[in-house]
Amino acid sequence: MFQILNNVNVDWMKHRKVFILISVVIMLAGLGSALARYLTPGGTEPFNLGIDFKGGTVVTAEFKQRPAPEAIRDALAAKGVSDVIIQPVTDKAGVVLIRLPQMETGEATQSGDTQVDIGRKTVAEGLKTLSGGVQIEPTQEFPAEGNAFRIIGTDAVGAVAGAALRNQAVAVTLLALVGILLYIGFRFEWTYGAAAVLAVFHDVLVTLAFFSIFQLEVNLTVIAALLTLVGFSVNDTIVIFDRIRENLRMHRRSNLYDLTNESVNQTMSRTVITSGLVFLSVLSLVLFGGQVLRGFSVALFIGIIAGTYSTIGIASPIMVWWQQRLEAGRAAAPPSGTRGAGGGGGARQRPTTGARDAKASAAAR
Amino acid sequence: MKKNLLQRVIIIAAVTLLGLWVVIGPRHRPTLADFTPAGLNNTLRENINLGLDLRGGSHLVMQVQVRDYLTRLSNDTAVSVQNAAREQGYDVKEVRPETEGNDYRVVLVANDPSKVSEIRDQLPNRVSGFDPNIWTAGVSGNTLTWEMTDTAKTALANRATEDALKIIDTRINALGVTEPTLQAHGSASAHQILLQMPGIDDPERIKQLLKSESRLELMKVVSPSNPSPMTSYPTEEAARQSLGGTVPSNRRILAYDERNEPTAGGAPTPPKPGEPTAWVVVETPAVVDGSELRSADAVSNNPGAGDDGYQINFTLKPTGAQKFGAWTAANVGAYMAVVLNDRVQSAPFIKSQITDSGQISGNFTKDSANGLALTLRSGALPARIIYLEERTVGPSLGADSIRAGVTASLVGLALVVLTMVVYYRWSGINAVVALLLNTIITLAGLIIFDATLTLPGIAGIVLGIGMAVDSNVLIFERIREELQSGKTVASAIDAGFDRAFVTIIDTHVTTIVSSLFLFVFGTSLIRGFAVTLVLGLLANLFTAVYVSRTIFMWELSRKQGRVETLSI
Repeated sequence: MFQILNNVNVDWMKHRKVFILISVVIMLAGLGSALARYLTPGGTEPFNLGIDFKGGTVVTAEFKQRPAPEAIRDALAAKGVSDVIIQPVTDKAGVVLIRLPQMETGEATQSGDTQVDIGRKTVAEGLKTLSGGVQIEPTQEFPAEGNAFRIIGTDAVGAVAGAALRNQAVAVTLLALVGILLYIGFRFEWTYGAAAVLAVFHDVLVTLAFFSIFQLEVNLTVIAALLTLVGFSVNDTIVIFDRIRENLRMHRRSNLYDLTNESVNQTMSRTVITSGLVFLSVLSLVLFGGQVLRGFSVALFIGIIAGTYSTIGIASPIMVWWQQRLEAGRAAAPPSGTRGAGGGGGARQRPTTGARDAKASAAAR
Repeated sequence: MKKNLLQRVIIIAAVTLLGLWVVIGPRHRPTLADFTPAGLNNTLRENINLGLDLRGGSHLVMQVQVRDYLTRLSNDTAVSVQNAAREQGYDVKEVRPETEGNDYRVVLVANDPSKVSEIRDQLPNRVSGFDPNIWTAGVSGNTLTWEMTDTAKTALANRATEDALKIIDTRINALGVTEPTLQAHGSASAHQILLQMPGIDDPERIKQLLKSESRLELMKVVSPSNPSPMTSYPTEEAARQSLGGTVPSNRRILAYDERNEPTAGGAPTPPKPGEPTAWVVVETPAVVDGSELRSADAVSNNPGAGDDGYQINFTLKPTGAQKFGAWTAANVGAYMAVVLNDRVQSAPFIKSQITDSGQISGNFTKDSANGLALTLRSGALPARIIYLEERTVGPSLGADSIRAGVTASLVGLALVVLTMVVYYRWSGINAVVALLLNTIITLAGLIIFDATLTLPGIAGIVLGIGMAVDSNVLIFERIREELQSGKTVASAIDAGFDRAFVTIIDTHVTTIVSSLFLFVFGTSLIRGFAVTLVLGLLANLFTAVYVSRTIFMWELSRKQGRVETLSI
């Protein structure tokens, strides 16, 4: 049998303060980056929001021979569009992304044209003024003569739609987290659910911290990635919580601290293999997934690392700490009165888990 | 045991074959060519409904400006109320519409406060088209205010959006767009419409035609009759001065394009504001409007002159023709403005009674005249629409995305398979079989539910595969643990599956619960992700638990229960 991790025996919980400290430092760095950018007048935004959330236009143009970015910028400036960002696509020789800022204030212009109408037209007109600039249909082949171009894609989002998409993305993510909290609360304990959701929050915040510090673009695909990593991270957390629950049933005597360590160690080999395999898949997305999926892949790349880490370093310690506080609180309280009808005989020593044990074993059957 | 195993194998074989047939089975009588690699690839593309981001096309979100509609309704009602008051001989100081924020009111100021209650009770019956369900009356001193109720606002705004949707549908069909998707978008109060057009990667012309309001009105110009020349003013201000500085509610000042240049791009866009050379004063309400149109056609007024010199000939419905006939008979010699979207296109004088036909002249090109005729026929939009979002994907960009997504998935899958086989030996093969079956079932589910595969959808499949691998890892690790604790192979496998099953259910249900939220509340992009993920997870409950276990059972039964080692 070929095994990389066998009989791991590490006291993970002993290092919980270090784990939490590292996470807090990263999150504070992210917060610092966002705040500093926000407070610096004329500086960059806290997050490099893509047009999905900020509004604006991105035109993807393909040239027979890509002109210099300055030439494109000048041609567009002549058409009255300033602040254009020209972004050559690295893995496609002739393709360039042309980003235009938000040009409307939310209301349509007098002629009824909105952001959506202005961008593509203006860019096409600007590019035609480049030397040999002839626009051809996206399906046409490049002619032998001249430097023709074709517009192979546009994304234009008005300010109103951008704000709506942003709010919706945040609301949907939070709702999904509430769903997770409810289910884990139902299957385990509320403290387990809260710890899992806190860990997931941590993963999202750490990923966002990286996006703020390195000013990576946040767009709709990044939101999809955040949702994916929420799934993975909760998955990881549940595997360990499940093992803790099972161990609680089998060894009633030992305390939660030791049991958690034991559970983390028992599942370590699974954690390493699964995370490693997912990591490989995400790596292949980063390397081969192409331009459109780049934001998604990078967010997932950071998130998977954070997610695996937070299961051991964040979710488990928080759960242990919370559960022990609860039990200490209940032990201090008088034995009668505060207790409901749920506890059985064995529950006297372990008030919070006894009732759940019965429920969980019933569910397992 | 034996019988149980046979039953399981039959179920798995049936599911596999059914899944395979759904995914790569042709939807026509199969030929030999369908089973070549190229044929299979074709069938796969036909069977799977690709999203616009993968197949190319345009995605437009537009919004109906319902406030415009309610404002216009208030203005029109104010004019009708004033006309009715004059006809009934009430002594009214002024009638004005008030529209600010989300409030729409018609305010009537009477000279004699004692008459106000009488006006409130009697006048509405005399106003054509006055709906007492829309307006609630309130009296204060000599002022009578009709305020639009909130229910009416909502109902009218929703109806305007529905009407706009129908009209856009008519226009899209007339344009011959293939397989368009047109539906209400977002919440009902957003008044948004989503239009997806596969295969159209430059929607500029269609966009212009769709948003063109094409409101046609025939109105009387305030001017001495022919043969005197028509009265027009060089500026809007001069026109207003001619009315004594303020525009009464039964008059309007409109721009008049004396020389109407052919519009570029083929769409009947009104020339930019600031360009008109003259202004005229017209009487409201209009004699007839576009809702009375029966037909509208683009006609060349000089055949052989190429694509220039077109005009629109229109005919009126019987009701409109009756009104128009009576009016023209009474106004021979008067100038009549042909008004399109609040701009005077032409202003001929009435030579004699006209009943049911007319023309709009204005130096249209063939394309712009055809576009205008089409939008006139489909009816006027109840309100302006603006575009909130536009995404276009050229076919090459879509193909690139497919290639990148598929390459990444395959490379990822290959790495996973390799690791599983190296690490778990023969049991790894077991996991690989489960993974492949999972992919087939997920795709089959997509096809059966007629869901659309988008780029985020591919990401969902990748995540589903990831969770499928995880389920296998969980089970195998558990079996190893049980083996180490000294159990026999058979009982270790049983215990491994049983214990891991609880965990697998928990992880899967959690993710399905959060995916359901994404599906219900997410944008179409996020929805595509949620659909494939949920399908993958459901398939996984079958493949990782049922299929994988069956393979182990089969291996055990082959060796007649005398198994002492397991390749794991």
